[in-house]
This record gives sequence, C-alpha cells and structure tokens, in this order.
Amino acid sequence: MTNSINEIPNAQVMFVIGSNPTEAHPVIGAKMKQALAKGAKLIVVDPRRIELADKADVWMRIRPGTDVALINGIMNIILENGWEDKEFIAERTEQFEQFKEALKKYQPEVVSKITGVPLEQMLEAAKLYANAEKSQIFYTLGITEHTSGTDNVMSLANLAMLTGNLGKESSGVNPLRGQNNVQGACDMGALPNVYPGYQSVTNPDVRAKFEKVWGVELNPNQGFMIPDMFEAAHKKSLRAMYIVGEDPVLTDADANHVRKGLEELDFLVVQDIFMSETAKLADVVLPGASFAEKTGTFTNTERRVQMVRQAIKPIGNAKADSEIICEISKRLGVELNFNNTADIMDEVASLTPQYTGISHERLGIKGLQWPVPNQEHPGTKFLHEGKFTRGKGLFTVIDYQLPDELPDEEYPFLLSTGRKLSHYNIMTRNSAGLDSYSPEELAEMNPIDAKKLGIEDGEKVRVASRRGELETKVRVTDKVLPGMLFMTLHYKESPANVLTNAAYDRVSKTYEYKVCGVRVDRI
Amino acid sequence: MSTVTLNIDDRKVTIPAGTTVLEACRMNNIPIPTLCHDPELTNSGSCRLCVVEVEGMRSLSPSCVTVATQGMQVKTNTRRVKEARKTVLELLVANHPLDCMTCQKMGDCSLAQYAYEYGVKDDVYPGERRNVCLDDSNPFIVRDSNKCILCGKCVRVCEEVQGRSVLDFYQRGFESLVGPAFGSDLSQSDCVLCGSCVSVCPVGALTEKQMIGKGRPWEIKKVQTTCPFCGTGCSFDLNVKAGEVIGVTSNPEAPVNGRALCVKGRFGTDFIHSPNRLTAPLVKKDGEFVEVEWDEALDLVASKLRAIKSEYGADSIAALSSAHCTNEENYLMQKFMRAVIGTNNIDHCART
Ligand code: SF4
Ligand code: SF4
Ligand code: SF4
Repeated sequence: MTNSINEIPNAQVMFVIGSNPTEAHPVIGAKMKQALAKGAKLIVVDPRRIELADKADVWMRIRPGTDVALINGIMNIILENGWEDKEFIAERTEQFEQFKEALKKYQPEVVSKITGVPLEQMLEAAKLYANAEKSQIFYTLGITEHTSGTDNVMSLANLAMLTGNLGKESSGVNPLRGQNNVQGACDMGALPNVYPGYQSVTNPDVRAKFEKVWGVELNPNQGFMIPDMFEAAHKKSLRAMYIVGEDPVLTDADANHVRKGLEELDFLVVQDIFMSETAKLADVVLPGASFAEKTGTFTNTERRVQMVRQAIKPIGNAKADSEIICEISKRLGVELNFNNTADIMDEVASLTPQYTGISHERLGIKGLQWPVPNQEHPGTKFLHEGKFTRGKGLFTVIDYQLPDELPDEEYPFLLSTGRKLSHYNIMTRNSAGLDSYSPEELAEMNPIDAKKLGIEDGEKVRVASRRGELETKVRVTDKVLPGMLFMTLHYKESPANVLTNAAYDRVSKTYEYKVCGVRVDRI
Repeated sequence: MSTVTLNIDDRKVTIPAGTTVLEACRMNNIPIPTLCHDPELTNSGSCRLCVVEVEGMRSLSPSCVTVATQGMQVKTNTRRVKEARKTVLELLVANHPLDCMTCQKMGDCSLAQYAYEYGVKDDVYPGERRNVCLDDSNPFIVRDSNKCILCGKCVRVCEEVQGRSVLDFYQRGFESLVGPAFGSDLSQSDCVLCGSCVSVCPVGALTEKQMIGKGRPWEIKKVQTTCPFCGTGCSFDLNVKAGEVIGVTSNPEAPVNGRALCVKGRFGTDFIHSPNRLTAPLVKKDGEFVEVEWDEALDLVASKLRAIKSEYGADSIAALSSAHCTNEENYLMQKFMRAVIGTNNIDHCART
C-alpha cells in the first residue's frame, strides 16, 4: 500500500475495485465502514454483489475481465470534463500528451458496451473520484489475477496520477496483499529475479555486493517463476524441488497440470505443518513449526514489519523452518552462521535498503513501516510524497484485451474464484472451530440460471472445465450475475483449481484465476 | 495547544482543553471506576459509576461526560461519592448471578473487582434475578444475558468499530436485555463472529467458547504476536497455559487494529494444536510414508540435492518459499538457494 491502514477512516472517496475487503481483509473492511459512517463516498467495481456493493454510492457491476476498458473510459470522462489535476500532471509526470491521445478511442458509449456498466454510473464515479481532495484506490486479486493483471494495475496508477491522487495522506493506490506475509516474502527476495529489497540479480554491482557478504560467486541468470517451474518439470529440465509452506496442488491454477509436473520430478521435499496435497506427493516431508512456535517478523500490506514471538515450543518433533534450512545447508558443506533470527534480521538490514534501520529490538509492540533508512528513522507512513521512486510518474498507454478463455457453447458459465471470510486459503481448514462454522464449498449461482437448469439451493452438482471437473454444493443467490459461477479455493473436497485456467499475465506470471469457462450439470 | 488547570483531590492538574474529568484523572493516575466507558468508543454516561463531586454542582457529576474547566474543584473520593458508587454496584449485583467460582471471567471481571473494592454484599436488595437462556448457537462466542450489566459497550463496538450494528438494547426495565434484534441468537443475525464485543465486555456475559475451562487469568501467559492469516497484519496476544495456546485476546496497543480482529485471527489459531499437525519427519519408502529421525531425513535431502546438482547442474533445482513464513525464513531460503545451491530458481505464491 502507498498509504497506511489507519488513514482509511479519514478517506473522502474510496474506489474499491476487484476487492472484497469485508471478507478477505475484514479489519480493513471495518475501517472502510468507519469512513462511510463519517461521510466518505464509496465506489465499488465488482461483478459480485459483495457486502460493500450495497453500501456504495456507485456500484459498477462490471463484466469480469473488462477492468482496463472501464478505467480508460472513466479517464476519458475525466479529461472530457477537465477534471484532471493539471498541476500534478505538469510537475510530476511525463508522456501525458501521448496518453491523452490514446484514450480518445475509449468513448464512454463504447466502454459501456464492453463492460456492461451504464454511462451514468461511469460519469458519477469519474466525478466523485476526480473531484475529491483525497481519493484512495484499493484493489486485490480481482485486479491482478487476470492475463491482463499488470495492465490493470498500471491503469489504476494512470487514474491516480491523472487526478493527483497519490503521495498524500489518505490518498494513493493501495493493493491489499493477500496472505499474511506476501509483502515480506517479496521484500526478502523470494523471487527469481531479485535479491532482497528488489535488487536485480542481473545487475553486476548488486551481485557483487551480495557476493561479498555471502562469500560466494552468484548465478547471474534469472530463475524460474512458478508456472515455468512446473513446465520445466514436465520437460525434465527441472529435477528437484524444495517446497516450504505452500500447497501449489491446491492453490495453483490448473491443478492437474501442477500435480503431473511434481510427479515428474526425481526428488521432492516438502516442509509444512500439515500433510498438504502437495506434501502427499513428496519423497521427504519435514515438519515445520507454526507461527506460535518461532520468533521472527511478518510485513503487512502497509509495509509494517512486526514481531512474531515464540509462545510455545515446536509441537512434537517439529522444528522452526530456519533451523531446518541451516541443517540442510550444513550437510551441503555450508554453515549459515546465525545464532537466532534477530541475527538474520541484522544481515537483512545490512543488505536491504528499505530495511536498513530495522532490528528485532527496535520493532517492539508497534513495528516499523518501511522504508526505514537508518536506526533513528521512525518509519514511513505513506509513499511517493513529493516524488516517485523513478522520479517522474510515467503515463503508460494500456489497451484493453479479452481474457484468455471466455465462456462458449460447450462451457457456458464464467467461473470466478475468490475467498470467504471464515477461511484463509487452506490453513484455516485445520482450525476445528472455523471448519465447523464453514465446512464446505457452496458455489454461487444466480437464481435465473438455477431455475433454467432445475438446480435447488444446496443441491450437489458437477462442474467441469476443459481441464478438470469436481463436485460441489450450490448456493442460489443474486450475489452473482446470471451466467456466472463463483467458487472459493479453500476446500480440497471441491478443489476449484482443477478448473481454472493456467494462462498467465505476461509480466507477473500470475494465473488467470478470475475468468474461465465451465459447465454445470446436475448429478 | 491550550490547556486548563484544575484541582482534583487537592492536586493541581494541567491538561489539554476539552479533556473530560475522567480522562484528566486517568492521565494523572487518579483511579475512577467505570463500567460503560471505553476510550475507543463514544461515551454513553450510563453506568453512573464514575461520578465525582464538582464544587458548585448540587448533584454528583458523571466524570466521563463532564468536560474539565479552568479552576474546577473536583473530589473523587468523598464519602458521598463512595456511597453513590456502592449503591450503583449493589443494584447491579442484586440482579447478577453469583456463580463467580465457575465463571470464565473470574479474575478479570470489572464488576467483581469493584464490588470487592467497595465492599458490596449480596443481600442488600433481595428479589428476583433474570433467568434467560444462554446463546451458544455458534462455535465461538457464548452469550449469557443473565450476567449482562447493560453497559452497552458491545452495542457500541459492533456499530462504531465493526460497522455491523448487530446488537442493541431491547425490552425495558427489569426485562432489559442486550443482544441481536428480537432476542434471536447470534447465529441467526448478521454477526460475523469477529468477537469485538467479547473483547470489551467487562463481565462474563460474553466469553470465548474455546477458552472455557482452559485457564484462569493468573495462570495464563500472554505473548503479543502478529496474525498468521491475512495481509492486514493485526496483532494480538496468544494466551498460553502450560505450553499450550488456549486462545487469543485483543491487545489494545496493536498498531493496526487496536482491539478489533476478525473471526480468523481471534478464533482460528486452534490449528496450532490440531491433531493433524506433522510431528516427525517422513520419508516415502515403497510408496508409503515412514516416520524417521531428523538425521536420516536431512541426510537424505542433502545427498539427493547434491547428486542432482552434480548431475544436472544447480538450475535443475528449484524452491518455493512461503508467504506464510517469516521474513527471516524467506531470507534464509533465498540465500540457501542462491548461495548454497547456486540458482535463482526461487519463487513463492506472491500472487495469491
Ligand atoms: S461478534 Fe462482532 S459482529 Fe458479532 S455481535 Fe460481536 S461485535 Fe458484532
Ligand atoms: S453483554 Fe457485556 S458489553 Fe454488552 S451490555 Fe452486557 S455487560 Fe455490557
Ligand atoms: S485478524 Fe483477521 S483481518 Fe486481522 S490480520 Fe488476522 S485474518 Fe486479517
């Protein structure tokens, strides 16, 4: 997030797109409601009738996968009416003229046809967003989990720059990161192209810095991203995998393809706290420790690094993941000399510009928001004040593309996936309490479709795509549009990802979880 | 900032203008009992326990809604104040079950604490006590309306912090109750089981079901930590007794969330002690997993990785790190892959 969570209650306009905070980030959702109670305006873009849709001043029930067209249309309206922030554009951005030219073809009437959003709603949204002093954009996986995910994100950046809604308190572009430490795992360089702190592995100066501290020569080539890994396993250019705390067989798109890739490997070691679907395929399974059994840090969606403190000893014979990694390393002849995780953080701080001033000792109860450039620095509440990381903000022309797979005669329903309040991916399935509260998948279907197919609320059906099939119960509800089916990815009994399309965004290689064609049959 | 100076119990106290007498006292460590006040919520001024004597006022003033003014003379501890507070408490106790021995809240109950401090006895106002059914219709929260003192904090937190407005007062007089509309159970309401109401209830009317019978406050160690479920990064206290996590309670110092949490963070950490946890290393032998010692498992992993690296090169090995693991573990994992194995084949589900 460029802003902080506690700036939300003071927002004037919130533009929530492809995000269902009251279920996926409930405490953030609650803060949005606090803002509403104080008179903030709310714009929601979502094909589903999510809870916030009913509280919105404008709810644009968009056709899935048409976000770029919608945002371009809204920007077109803003320019037509002269609502752009001319000063901000002149001082802090470049390539505006070219961009403006390219937007001309997104006439509101055309966009309305593509997106299914009425003209008046687009006009109202443009007016609210552009004319408030402080507007905040929030997005989640509904924006990134598309073949056009990177485009979607860049479009939102364009919208914020066009109206000068960036780099201020309660005004910015805020991705709500999904899992608890997704931000931290990225910050720490658990990515194939960058070292900790987003420093490129292909940059020789950066490499030299890490080689010096780590005392080894480093590989100059970028590694595989997740989808490439399974592809490489199929082709036998990847032979072994070490998977820690992830369950790609359940959580990655086109699960059957992932499973086959893992089965091709010569050796698979999985380290986890439960016997996951992926662990079942492993040659060796190592029992890791839960968050309650170890000390370290997580970094949340507003860049706040906070302590995770050990409360109990690891269960049974389990070990903290850091200890296991060090043990394996030692057996490969390299001692990763750390006495404790505070030492590890000190090494992180020495190599990661955003974390320079961070140590376990300093974090205390409140944590620190990066960037923290030195030991005295109090942390950074919001980003891009006065200037962007790259200097001037660049307007990028983004054109609308269709999703990779759309419903057709054979697979007439559009399947979209997401999460629900009571579960978080799959870990929560092992909470007896949460599981009894929300024990099974209920795929959402519009009453019109249910009637056509003769399906009753609560009935079990078969759902199939080109890639696989599953059985699930159905909840008949007008939360979803006719022609649409919505499922979560929490249940291994109804594993939605056997259906989803593994086509991915060309830059981030994020799968298109949000759109694919399926058919529904009564059993 | 402008300030005012007033006199509390013959002490000169200077505070920012606009501060209430209650806040002024608390800033200066002068104890005032309260049951319905909460710094994060609006004031209702309903419990009358915080009354003080203000010079020039005929009746006692509730300090939580009285703004301090320049030169004000306040007494917090006179006989009249103490008698008034005691009467308030006697009336509450008269309609409160006295099963403190088995109550989950024992040791952490504001009513019991104040009753003790003010020497309240049970037999002052004998008469009928409420007798309504327990609501344990959901897996997480038990509502015992017989213990409710009608302070209204749960009503306000649900509305003001959670934006839900599930709870309200209904019926009047002796029959007064707080709960979801029409006396229904939480499970039939729009309640999302966030447990914020439990976190503010001063008595045993709202309690965490999973913690019942698991431990007394003085047996419990609280360890502040960060929620393992979503990117919001709420923090809370793990409650630990005898090496076991028995539940979660709010930590008011939590920088992101204060006392608010959602159903996952507050009630989902029982996965820690799930019987499904892996507790020993496993190696697949003839298609079946067999429990082995750590050394055997680690030696096997190391020898396989070494062999594959020497036969097919470092880039034939890849790792997935985890967005559930700590920063330190993710750092170590990428360092291991890059500096020890020698490949940049490391990724995680950054995008889910
Ligand atoms: S659990 Fe949360 S939503 Fe339910 S009544 Fe309590 S505060 Fe309201
Ligand atoms: S349930 Fe608890 S918090 Fe709610 S009014 Fe009763 S005593 Fe107060
Ligand atoms: S308590 Fe709920 S909202 Fe807060 S971090 Fe945990 S899962 Fe997210």
